Amino acid sequence: MNSFKRDKKEEEDGGGNPFQNMEKTTVLQEARTFNDTPVNPRKCAHILTKILYLINQGEQLGTTEATEAFFAMTKLFQSRDVILRRLVYLGIKELSPIAEDVIIVTSSLTKDMTGKEDLYRAAAIRALCTITDGAMLQAIERYMKQAIVDRSPAVSSAALVSSLHLTSISGDIARRWANEAQEALNSDNVMVQYHALGVLYQARKTDKHAVTKLVSKLTRTSMTSPYAACMLIRMACKLLEEEDGNGELLDFVASCLRHKSEMVVYEAAHALVNMGKSSTRELAPAISVLQLFCGSLKPALRFAAVRTLNKVAMSHPAAVTACNLDLENLIADPNRSIATLAITTLLKTGAESSVDRLMKQIATFVSEISDEFKVVVVQAIRALCQKFPRKHAVLMNFLSAMLRDEGGLEYKAAIADTIIAVMEGNSEAKEAGLAHLCEFIEDCEHISLAVRILHLLGQEGPTSKQPSRYIRFIYNRVILECASVRAAAVTALARFAAACPPLLPNILVLLSRCQLDSDDEVRDRAAYYCAILQQQFDPTTLSLVQPPLLSIPSLERALNNYVSSPMEEPFDISQIPPAQTVEEPTQPEILATAKQQQSRLSREETFMEKLAQVPQLALVMSKSPLFKSSPVVELTESETEYNVKCVKHSFSNHLVLQFDCLNTLSDQLLEDVRVAIEPPEGYRVVYEIPCLRLAYNEPGTTYTVLEFPEDVHASIATIPTTLRFMARDCDPTTGVPDAEQGYRDEYMLEDLEVTLADQMRGVGKQGVDFNAAWDAGATRGFSELEETFVLGASVTTLEGAVQSLVGFLGLEAVERSHRVATDAVGHTLLLGGIFRGGKEVLARARLALADSQVTMQLSVRSSDPDVAELVTSSVG
Amino acid sequence: MDDQLLEPSLYTVKGMVILDNDGNRILAKYYDKNVFPTSKEQKAFEKNLFNKTHRANTEIIMLDGLTCVYKSNVDLFFYVMGSSRENELILMSVLNCLYDSISQILRKNVEKRAVLDSLDIVMLAMDEICDNGIILDADASSVVTRVALRTDDIPLGEQTVAQVIQSAKEQLKWSLLK
Repeated sequence: MNSFKRDKKEEEDGGGNPFQNMEKTTVLQEARTFNDTPVNPRKCAHILTKILYLINQGEQLGTTEATEAFFAMTKLFQSRDVILRRLVYLGIKELSPIAEDVIIVTSSLTKDMTGKEDLYRAAAIRALCTITDGAMLQAIERYMKQAIVDRSPAVSSAALVSSLHLTSISGDIARRWANEAQEALNSDNVMVQYHALGVLYQARKTDKHAVTKLVSKLTRTSMTSPYAACMLIRMACKLLEEEDGNGELLDFVASCLRHKSEMVVYEAAHALVNMGKSSTRELAPAISVLQLFCGSLKPALRFAAVRTLNKVAMSHPAAVTACNLDLENLIADPNRSIATLAITTLLKTGAESSVDRLMKQIATFVSEISDEFKVVVVQAIRALCQKFPRKHAVLMNFLSAMLRDEGGLEYKAAIADTIIAVMEGNSEAKEAGLAHLCEFIEDCEHISLAVRILHLLGQEGPTSKQPSRYIRFIYNRVILECASVRAAAVTALARFAAACPPLLPNILVLLSRCQLDSDDEVRDRAAYYCAILQQQFDPTTLSLVQPPLLSIPSLERALNNYVSSPMEEPFDISQIPPAQTVEEPTQPEILATAKQQQSRLSREETFMEKLAQVPQLALVMSKSPLFKSSPVVELTESETEYNVKCVKHSFSNHLVLQFDCLNTLSDQLLEDVRVAIEPPEGYRVVYEIPCLRLAYNEPGTTYTVLEFPEDVHASIATIPTTLRFMARDCDPTTGVPDAEQGYRDEYMLEDLEVTLADQMRGVGKQGVDFNAAWDAGATRGFSELEETFVLGASVTTLEGAVQSLVGFLGLEAVERSHRVATDAVGHTLLLGGIFRGGKEVLARARLALADSQVTMQLSVRSSDPDVAELVTSSVG
Repeated sequence: MDDQLLEPSLYTVKGMVILDNDGNRILAKYYDKNVFPTSKEQKAFEKNLFNKTHRANTEIIMLDGLTCVYKSNVDLFFYVMGSSRENELILMSVLNCLYDSISQILRKNVEKRAVLDSLDIVMLAMDEICDNGIILDADASSVVTRVALRTDDIPLGEQTVAQVIQSAKEQLKWSLLK
């Protein structure tokens, strides 16, 4: 009775799994049976299966255990049982990475692979190749070559596949066996064809010419294997990507749309869509094929088709509209992934009127799909908000509902990002967006996200219609959350207090409570803000509450310099370049996430590091930190003998010109390379640092240090430049110069312009209150200039005017005033920045558009009258 | 990233898995060292995969950056995984081959019990379908001939006379040696 019960239990548990509850040690003990003679194939096969099963379940074997099992297993070569022998091969493959001395079975395997039994041979080749190392390769090479061209397709395939695996051991294996692979390519067996093609590609992939030849030869003979045809399409696409204008290859890919195998048809359509170069005309047949697939009975085919269409919809939404009807049918698909992809595609191609209906459809199943697809939906909504700003209310509501659902950090962050993006793009949505985010942080388990939202509240909240309503949400965080969230909440509170004087007394009460916090950071912040805010309210406190984001390494260096100086003047913080705001690259569609690491240093900092390496520049560097580095200017055409690029580094009083030179002549060695310049009026060349040696294709750098003229008006100049060097002929292959003396030569370069933008930079505080600073400027004795301009014929839109003005002046737009509302005829651009030497500059440009001509009234305030004049005069 | 075309390569399959109806692993092979390198990650992935797929039989899903095609029968789940940029139909053909060859091996009796009873043959079949990520053969009947069913597994009625005599001889020989 008892045993019956147990049996029944077992039956329920694992269906009487004979492999359940096995002990590793017992099974390995059983492996001793392998040593018995004669071998009992049945019993041994069962034990071997058990070992393989254990390894497959993730059981870890030690080296000794594995080696013992391996050696016991070699005894089984005595048996002629086919199954047992094949299991032994499997065992060799599984154990060879762990066990030692596995090459002991080489001779047995070689015997099997050259033997008569076809059933052994293929598997023996594959097992042999897993235990082969570089040294042994020589010994088996002859057999492998024979095997590739063997009559039996199994043997031939096994040898071809193994040779691909072996390329990781010896890189040129495929090339050495290419002749045999070429022969195998003509085999009748489809799989042998496919494998041979793989080997041939591996052999030739570094030689583009050879690949082109191979592909164009094979495209003429039609491939019988669908796999090989897919491979061929991929090879053709790779060639097409590298060079354009090969009509023959494109025709081949297009002709594959008529292949009899669906696999190949889809591969061709997929390739045409993803090539990125295809025109609408080329896409049309691919899309009609995909449209057919949408109606297929096979889910995989529908999935593949709709996923590809989704991609097309991003680049050519118009081309997909033809499929809208088929996509509508897929919304109700039982496979949720297909339905999601169909809806997001429709959202991209659809009209404004269908948005409401589609959103309702998504809402019905959004909880059932995986996070990956939810992110896809969120991204589609984000694109939709940009396309139809009037629909923001519906979309915002939907997003807030999604925020309340369960989900991982990535998903929630995507939603928060979208809400923030919508708020930035559409001022009407701001209040609603802030309200949704407030609600979200009430119940948010992701600290990083809560901190970000608090920061945003501090930035945007004070300028909303009713700032006081956000205080409660923020203070709740101070009571309920962990230290880092509390600290962020304290900062946000302080910003409200600084920006909205009516709220100040109340917030001071709250902040004084925070001074009793248990965490150091929170207490410090609260104490700091209390101290500042308790002083009389004036606009300058705002910049203390909201400190500019300075570049930390530069600040450190400047402070070090300051401490070593006599410290007679107060430290000037305006000299420090702002930290670079790292903008996340917008990823079009996240399905496989791979975030690239971005360097945290700004351009100036990287250059600072580089310049600090040059000892001769130490003199300039010690006087002031690097103020601004210009973008790279090319002084030569890219195809010329010598390439010279210039970066202009502005310091307070010096201009360092960094010339990056490249010698593209293999038979010349250049020595004593310098860029000679004719200093314009007022400039003085301090010294030059030549590049001593410039060999072929090795970049070299030479510097020229100039002193800026006293008069800032003269600082905008054009500098003629010439490359001067001593050329010596040399051997093109070794690079060793001929013994004889070189000759002096020179090479004309293009003129270099020093502009206003080179000497000006933004202040790096987006949230600054421009009006307060502007008014404060008047009281601080700034000089003001105002002038009216009619902008040139090249500028026909307000956006264009804003862009060119920002680029030209080198100032930074504040209060997001660089965003021009659509259809606006007037715009006010607010600019702020610092001129080298720490002279503050503020500018307000009122722009008006009439008959596609832009008129501008520019007012400039600066602490230095000359600078203000320079700004206005340089625009004219 | 997602828009790029796939580098031409024969390494198509990232993994093949057979799970039972509780989501436990019966057999699993992963071919790419960069995809779930440890057994712990593999098991976690399988658990996740099973949770997402065991209710709705809809053939295809994208998970953890992989395209997974699947098929189930009675108490077994068969999965084939490939890169998210891989041709879904190629993966599907591998899955069909896996399922069909096992179905032939088990004489249409595709159940957990039967798979466990012929686990050795099933292992050999998986080895014949895919070798370290390269599709070796995608034709079920050719896979089945290559794994070489035991002759005495075939019922007596279906054996040829020569086979019967051969196996009788063998048995006699072994009994004499003992």
